Amino acid sequence: MPDEKKPGEVSRPAAPPQAAPKPPAGMAVTPWESELTQLLKSQFGDQISEFSIYQGQEFLVAVPEAVIPIIEFLKLEADFDYLVDVTAVDYPKREERFDLVYILYSFARNQRIRIKTRIKEGYRPLTAVDVHLTANWLEREVYDMFGIEFAGHPDMKRILMPEGWHGHPLRKDYAITQMDNEWVKENVGIESGQ
Amino acid sequence: MAQPTFLDSTELVLNMGPQHPSTHGVLRVILKLDGEKVMGTECVIGYLHRGVEKIGENRTYQMFAPYVDRMDYCAAVCNGLGYCLAVEKLLGVEAPPRAQVIRVILTELNRLSSHLVWLGTHALDIGALTPLFYVMREREDTLNILEKYCGARLTTHAFRIGGLQYDIYDGFEQEILKFCDMFPSKVDEYEELLTNNRMWVDRLTNIGVLNADDCKAYGVTGPMLRAAGVKWDIRKAMPYSGYDKYDFEIPTRTNGDTYDRYMVRVQEMRQSTRIIRQAVQDIPPGPIMAKIPKLIKPPVGEVYVSIEAAKGELGYYIVSDGSTHPYRVRVRPPSFVNLQSLDKMARGALIADVVAVIGTIDIVLGEVDR
Repeated sequence: MPDEKKPGEVSRPAAPPQAAPKPPAGMAVTPWESELTQLLKSQFGDQISEFSIYQGQEFLVAVPEAVIPIIEFLKLEADFDYLVDVTAVDYPKREERFDLVYILYSFARNQRIRIKTRIKEGYRPLTAVDVHLTANWLEREVYDMFGIEFAGHPDMKRILMPEGWHGHPLRKDYAITQMDNEWVKENVGIESGQ
Repeated sequence: MAQPTFLDSTELVLNMGPQHPSTHGVLRVILKLDGEKVMGTECVIGYLHRGVEKIGENRTYQMFAPYVDRMDYCAAVCNGLGYCLAVEKLLGVEAPPRAQVIRVILTELNRLSSHLVWLGTHALDIGALTPLFYVMREREDTLNILEKYCGARLTTHAFRIGGLQYDIYDGFEQEILKFCDMFPSKVDEYEELLTNNRMWVDRLTNIGVLNADDCKAYGVTGPMLRAAGVKWDIRKAMPYSGYDKYDFEIPTRTNGDTYDRYMVRVQEMRQSTRIIRQAVQDIPPGPIMAKIPKLIKPPVGEVYVSIEAAKGELGYYIVSDGSTHPYRVRVRPPSFVNLQSLDKMARGALIADVVAVIGTIDIVLGEVDR
């Protein structure tokens, strides 16, 4: 709504700005301390900047170079033998544009943790395929959707979108109706899919 | 991908799908063959890609809920449950006990219908036509209950964030109990047709073997993992919606082959019936909806919530920026991850066994591609 008032408009008291809902008690990020964090601290030192718990879910934030060593260390030393998911979140206004998120689970401990890292656009994080085979398709999907290329990945190509497609749909600057019109024209034979 | 091959033979590349009846939708598998032997496979997926995660970012939390049903359309209620639980976790609320019990009943019913479709189509792929007609009969009963409850049969949108939209209808308990009394004998019927059937056993035993270590390496979950001997079920490991109150077992097998996966799923149907029976006999009174604002604006934060869907671990990773729209919705689909193990299972098998292996993964392409 534009700020300047139109002539003749009745002036009304401004509505109070809608406050974001107050988080219920106990919904704050609390520090995460356990044997596991001690072990990781002694091994990786200040490469891990944060150990936290939110809503009962444990996560840590590390520098990008340390992520694969941490995943490997956790697999060998702490039984985190199942890589649940690899995904990314796009924050276009931030200097380090992407959050890269790895979710790990340990069958022996029955514990699930998240590893997060921030990377700049164009940074090529190391692949996790050498540690967990399941990372193969998951990383291909991250590449497909966000354009993050993983270094050392055996088969770095698109997985859901067609091979010749331009653009990465889950980036925030990719509009929801946007499509690669040239690709559509060439392969589907119509002017536009919209 | 160069595959080792015999010197005196030529490698043949064969396209299976996307329009092949036994690929359960639009899955294309490029087979590299040496005679009838599979030397390697490559999956081409994405034909059903609809950008569900992108749609999620452009809808409010409530508006996105019906979309998740369209992923795994054979077990839409499971999808909805996972999504509702994830948003409830973000909000810091929990559904009231009555809603939780009704959720468990409907989810297990839907697990049954999903397993029944799997059994029918899997048997059909192998060449056993009869079970399909049997399973469709019982699936109809489960779908009728869902239809009576919420008006839809497949893409149900049965749950709402914070609880339920509708309370159960009159005669719901009796109908479910009647179904529970009838169903185990029907499972016996399927087993009579298949379990000791010589052809069925011969076609499935030692086909597509995936041991426990392979399963963990490939992130394979659900019945496939349990068939390899890992006693792991999120309903037991990290109980949600009050699953810890019910007495049921996790069926496991040891070989991890296609036959074991069949046995695990059949046993799971019996266990699901057990859960439904316990739940329906003890539906607590009370409200069916938690106190949820009309406009859902979860506090800034992110959660990952996963449930045991019919196919395996179905997870939702939701990032909230405090607005009415999720900042990012990531779906961790079980079918997508499980399908990745196809290459491992099919390599070295015969081409006819590839059909059995695709069937045993229990993929729904809507969920693979999202």
